[in-house]
Amino acid sequence: MSTTLQEPRTTARPAGPSSRPGVRLGRLSLRATALLYLGLLIALPLSAVVAKGFGRGLMPLRDALASPGAGEAIRLTLFTAAVTAIVNAVFGTMIAYVLVRVPFPGRSLVNAIVDLPFAIPTLVTGVMLVALYGPTSPIGGFLEGIGIKVIFAQLGILLALLFITLPLVVRTVQPVLLELDPAEEEAAKSLGAGRWTTFRKVMLPALRPAITAGALLAFARSIGEFGSIVIVSGNITGRTLTAPVFIFQLTQQFRPEEAAAVSTLLFALSFSLVLITERLIRRREAV
Amino acid sequence: MSVGIVIENLNKTFGTFQAVTDVSFTAEDGKITALLGPSGSGKSTVLRMIAGLERPDYGRISLAGEEQTNKPVQERRFGFVFQHYALFRHMSVRQNIGFGLAVRKESKEAIRARVDELLDLVQLVPFAERYPDQLSGGQRQRVALARALAPRPRVLLLDEPFGALDARVRQELRRWLDDLHRELGVTSLLVTHDQEEALELANEVVVMHLGRVEQIGTPSEIYNHPTTPFVAGFVGAANVIQGHVVNGEVRFGDHQVVRGAEHLDDGAAAQAYVRPHDVRLGADRESPLSFPATVERVSDLGWTSKLRLRFPDGQVVIAQIPNEELGEIGDGDVVQVDLRNAKVFSPDAPEIAPDPEDQFAATG
Amino acid sequence: MSATPVARSAPPGVEHRARRWMVAGTLVYVGVLVVAPLVGIFWTALGHGLGIVGQTFSRPDVRHAFVLTGVVALITVVVTTFLGTIVALVLVRFRFIGSRVVSAIVDLPLAVSPVIVGLMAVLLFGRGGWFEPFFASRGIQIIFAVPSMVLVTIFICIPFVIREVAPVLEEVGTGEEEAARIVGASSLQTFLRVTLPNIRWGLLYGVALSAARALGEIGAVLIVSGAIQGRTETATLYVLRALEERQEASGNVVALTLAAISIVLLVAIEAFKRRQERIREERAA
Repeated sequence: MSTTLQEPRTTARPAGPSSRPGVRLGRLSLRATALLYLGLLIALPLSAVVAKGFGRGLMPLRDALASPGAGEAIRLTLFTAAVTAIVNAVFGTMIAYVLVRVPFPGRSLVNAIVDLPFAIPTLVTGVMLVALYGPTSPIGGFLEGIGIKVIFAQLGILLALLFITLPLVVRTVQPVLLELDPAEEEAAKSLGAGRWTTFRKVMLPALRPAITAGALLAFARSIGEFGSIVIVSGNITGRTLTAPVFIFQLTQQFRPEEAAAVSTLLFALSFSLVLITERLIRRREAV
Repeated sequence: MSVGIVIENLNKTFGTFQAVTDVSFTAEDGKITALLGPSGSGKSTVLRMIAGLERPDYGRISLAGEEQTNKPVQERRFGFVFQHYALFRHMSVRQNIGFGLAVRKESKEAIRARVDELLDLVQLVPFAERYPDQLSGGQRQRVALARALAPRPRVLLLDEPFGALDARVRQELRRWLDDLHRELGVTSLLVTHDQEEALELANEVVVMHLGRVEQIGTPSEIYNHPTTPFVAGFVGAANVIQGHVVNGEVRFGDHQVVRGAEHLDDGAAAQAYVRPHDVRLGADRESPLSFPATVERVSDLGWTSKLRLRFPDGQVVIAQIPNEELGEIGDGDVVQVDLRNAKVFSPDAPEIAPDPEDQFAATG
Repeated sequence: MSATPVARSAPPGVEHRARRWMVAGTLVYVGVLVVAPLVGIFWTALGHGLGIVGQTFSRPDVRHAFVLTGVVALITVVVTTFLGTIVALVLVRFRFIGSRVVSAIVDLPLAVSPVIVGLMAVLLFGRGGWFEPFFASRGIQIIFAVPSMVLVTIFICIPFVIREVAPVLEEVGTGEEEAARIVGASSLQTFLRVTLPNIRWGLLYGVALSAARALGEIGAVLIVSGAIQGRTETATLYVLRALEERQEASGNVVALTLAAISIVLLVAIEAFKRRQERIREERAA
């Protein structure tokens, strides 16, 4: 995942060939295309959802939330997303550190594997988890024997989300780690700081925005996840039903207004998180 | 002489590249010792090994008799100043300076007092709460120094501390470091490629080249009595004259002669290193040691002039003459030249003789 | 103190032990979380021999599903490449007002759950939707047909291209383009001969990411397509149905096939990414 767009530069543009009428027309049509894209493809669909969801006031939302399992679905979604964000923030940072600072045989392979969840269809992720931990598999059978249910239980949801969001954290932290000045760490060591103190006092402050951004991205991604969870969780109302699956059910039950209302809520949350993230990983202006 | 740091036979290889070979020297207690050499000479690597930031492949480092070679960085209690400051970006000046003390878990009052003391010493009291990106290069380096000195290190190691600063700031800080050292008397090891800096600041200079020690001596010794061609050429400007040894003198051209080749065999090829200010214009035609040369160019530098002189056999030397001795000499004139204080070496080392013009420009 | 120098034989020390633990932790975490499931599906799908693969692909609905997935992915990739590049160009080169707002809008599809995307499409093009009359009167079916599937996939995949092309465009700068225009090249020529070669690896990286995402889309497509067997059922939708109908064997095989294709795409993704990073380093030097 790359970074966001920067603020526009304020250097003056040279006059001359760029103001030829042909060029101007070309530029205008380009601008029009982009505006069209932004407007039609993005803003319009969103307003449709918001309009449908709240066109009749708060009633659809209230009805939706009154449905059996709705509250639990939202709570479960937030809870699993939070746990995922925190766990992957820790492990993702450790993995990013290892990939940047600790040479070991096979490191580039691990680096590539970390991107795997970006490429694999989420549905296939769900199928893989069922294949590995399902009740008919050796591992799944064993785990169920000792009382640990993975498939059709919250643990499966967590495993799916951890899988899917791992690269988000690693790839957000890695570039910042690469930019750290090793001389600062050497200075800390020359002043007597041990490895952990150096990490805590010198590296962590620099990494904190990136780690937070990665965690927030993981959270935002998790609350919207559908494909893997619909396979792995069993969608048991009140137990393993998550918000996106709940919304899906609402659409299948011909309750589009309620679906739109809950969707608006969910979307508002993830979008604000993405906005916060962008502020955190705003790339510094290259000198 | 009280023993400070003793370095014995340090060796370090990076992959296939031998960065440091058999480096040994002693840094006297309470004095400034400079490691002088061009980039790639291995001097920074030696310093980093002394600090503990690199591990030597072979050799020993001791301080006051106590072996340091295998001690981790954190335990050596050597202060280190980096070329690019390496200040902690996310900490204020005060926090930077106090870091070494905070790590040793000293009391808040003790830290505050010591930091105040150092802020005063480096004259940055009003900047205590500023952050590194709000400081100029010179200020940052002073903070770096204060930070290194705060935990009262036994030794201060400086890795080209003024290399990243512009010329004027460099001069200022050089003077300032000199004063500081007089006041504190901490054993200091300074790595630099700037010979003027080394000659001005150091009590003793270790000249390094291609990973080895070329010569160790006081600034005066290495300037006036270089023992290797490299030192003769690197420290101070030098003209290099190619010739052959005849009767303990270097002969070149038809009759030109330079003294000082007694240590070499007759007939051997030789190189004579002569400083531009040792190229004298003499009027004495009878002296066997003076001979004519054609003036190719005179450049007036204010109080001295730089003369480009060509000998009959084609070799060129640069002379530096105070203007008051110059008189009316101009391009094309023939003058009598006397080459003094030549250091003669045999040219068996396949080194490229430095262009005297470049040398002269380097030290102005 | 002896005069003979001591050859160093320093012990590894605490630092190295900590690093070793971190490497171990990394390998375990990535192994259990990422590699194990991959191995699991491999084993489960092909555990009873490779014959199942032939069986699965002999089924017409499976073959149709893959064809449909391919078509949708292809159209998506083509459209996102063009549209994404244009939008990135406009955003970067023509310095749009309020770039932060625009940047957020560009990233918007990434923040939306695919289920919501499907809902959006239905609200716009489905019965009672804002655009439904327009298309219905012309007899064009959007929902429960391929067009809606393509639309939602494009919506979801475009940010991948924009987010990879835009930074590269910024890094490359306008110098070369201005030089070309001064010499007389038209905008199109400048783009094709100067801009495009400069951004090519970033673009390919974004396109590959987009392709992988298009291949794996399920949530939005599930809602808009109706998953009509043999008509609007993609490979992912097939797997869903296969599992529901307890046809795990063929479901697993198709899932494994999708995983295999994604891994091939991943190799391409990594290759393009590496090229792009290497060029970035060279440019910075």
